[in-house]
Amino acid sequence: MSHGPSAPAHAHGHGGEAAPYVPVFTEGSARRRELDDLISRYPSRRAALLPALWMVQQDRGWISEDAMREVGEQLDCTAAYVKGVVTFYTMYHQHPVGRHFIQVCTTSPCLCAGADDVVKAFLEHTGCKELGLTSPDGKYTVIEVECLGACGFATPVQINEDYVECVTPEKVPGLLAALGD
Amino acid sequence: MGYPHKSHPQETPVLSKHFGDPAARTLEGWKARGGYTALAQALTMAPTAIQDVVKASGLRGRGGAGFPTGLKWSFMKLDDGKPHYLCCNADESEPGTFKDREIMRWTPHALIEGVAIGAYAIGAETAYIYIRGEFSEPIRVMEAALAEARAAGVIGPNAMGSGKRIDIWVHKGAGAYICGEETALMNSIEGKRGNPRIKPPFPAVSGLFGQPTTINNVETLTAVPHILNNGAEWYKGMCLSSPKSTGSKLFSVCGNVARPGNYEVVLGFSFKDFLYDLCGGPPAGRKFKAIIPGGSSVPVITIEEAEQVRMDYEGFLEVGTMLGSGGVIIFDDAQSMPRQLARLARFYAHESCAQCTQCREGTAWMTRILERIVAGQGTFEDLDTIFDLSESMTGKTICVLSDSCAAPVVSGIKRFRGEFEALITGRRSSTVAVGG
Ligand SMILES: Cc1cc2nc3c(=O)[nH]c(=O)nc-3n(C[C@H](O)[C@H](O)[C@H](O)COP(=O)(O)O)c2cc1C
Repeated sequence: MSHGPSAPAHAHGHGGEAAPYVPVFTEGSARRRELDDLISRYPSRRAALLPALWMVQQDRGWISEDAMREVGEQLDCTAAYVKGVVTFYTMYHQHPVGRHFIQVCTTSPCLCAGADDVVKAFLEHTGCKELGLTSPDGKYTVIEVECLGACGFATPVQINEDYVECVTPEKVPGLLAALGD
Repeated sequence: MGYPHKSHPQETPVLSKHFGDPAARTLEGWKARGGYTALAQALTMAPTAIQDVVKASGLRGRGGAGFPTGLKWSFMKLDDGKPHYLCCNADESEPGTFKDREIMRWTPHALIEGVAIGAYAIGAETAYIYIRGEFSEPIRVMEAALAEARAAGVIGPNAMGSGKRIDIWVHKGAGAYICGEETALMNSIEGKRGNPRIKPPFPAVSGLFGQPTTINNVETLTAVPHILNNGAEWYKGMCLSSPKSTGSKLFSVCGNVARPGNYEVVLGFSFKDFLYDLCGGPPAGRKFKAIIPGGSSVPVITIEEAEQVRMDYEGFLEVGTMLGSGGVIIFDDAQSMPRQLARLARFYAHESCAQCTQCREGTAWMTRILERIVAGQGTFEDLDTIFDLSESMTGKTICVLSDSCAAPVVSGIKRFRGEFEALITGRRSSTVAVGG
């Protein structure tokens, strides 16, 4: 439920030599077996769409149009259909993001607890100029996110997969240092 | 227990008894704490007999609507020859609500047991637990517990040796509050955009994959094993006020309060005692001002109203609000209500699936108008416009997301009009010390 990251300036660059797309679910691969196993849990292949997209994002960091086409082929739907689904859900990245994707909850309960200042601290200490932009070293992307469902532990921040609870502006530099590269 | 705090003597820890105890997470640990005896018993009973016990207990849905659980289960036609499905709603995205997360993190087998019993009671061989995508830790814990339960034959093709098949799978969401709405949730499992469906047909007739389906909240299902173990009378006996509100309930407490966290009390508990004794009152030097008691979708009340309330479905209705999901959001006297409500409206505008015009336009305009007022550029007409808008946002859409945006905003303006007027006339609101 993020206020999604923006496309980096180079993401849609034309004219460059785009590397050929390497499929995620190649015949005989572990991912393909995982996908087949998932499909068997549902009476329709299409029901494995959200999990398949999660696998792509885990492996590639984001979901490209080529990946949407590949997933569509696996699950008997068109690339356009897959794109419709990808764009509905805010956690799927349609562009590459920083290695540390930082989502700060700012919905009302966290706002009461000073989430705005936590956002400012992250922007300042990561060198990200604006919400949604990736820092020049490709390390960080910071965005505001809607309710993370951890309101009693304000302010929760989701960094890639994991939550960090009770974050205050003072804790931000230490937190970033602990993330490593 | 008042996780992350020690249990308060006035709490009644049934669901939360083992919060904070990592040993309760394993199958072995759970069995040592009395786990899976209810499932073993259930599998020897007729599904309708289980429905009857749950009906008699008075258990009502903990996801927000408070619909009687046993009655919901009885809508499933048991001998229709169709595959049935149970969906466990673990989307938990309603601002202020964070109870299901703790149930899954600490007592995954409690939920698995409840889901298995629920599935059996409605004639389903397959259940999906739909967990919001952000909850990676609860997902990991649930997946590990499910793998253990499968390996031990507790669930699977021959659940506990009963000859009954009960498959339970986690389905991970991907960021969308609306997928907590039951028909949007089903679409999401089917690999679709999470748009709610028009009802009828109701899920019990045509739900997931077009088949009869029941949707229940995590907390609802987790209460079921306790009811089977201890009996409907025991559960019904947990009642301090209205006989229509029985059992214990987890309340998530957040915002401006000394001890935020989850607290489990018997329904009908005094809200005043809850706020001051269990939760420790306001932060030092402050006073409570306003409370949204049931997750952000219910009307906001003043602290004076809150202090009179009994914490049950009927009690909250009496003061014009709702128990909802039990997410208690507290604002102290340093908070600006216009600013807080503008932020809440922005949440709904962001989360609207945009298929109904009243919701798509209403939530967006309500946000813009409120933000204009907060910025000191509002007019008195703006308040009237919000009331007008709220009319078209209430009771006119496929689901209640737009109603949920209007409810806190309209009630907030009615109860804290002075703060809005102060911003409009350019005076600084007297009730706002900082952050206004
Ligand atoms: C916009 C919206 C969001 C909702 N989110 C949730 C949720 O996160 N969890 C939940 O259990 N119910 C949620 N609900 C309520 C469900 O539609 C449904 O009533 C509930 O899951 C039924 O379970 P119960 O009878 O056990 O309460 C939501 C409803 C709406 C309209």
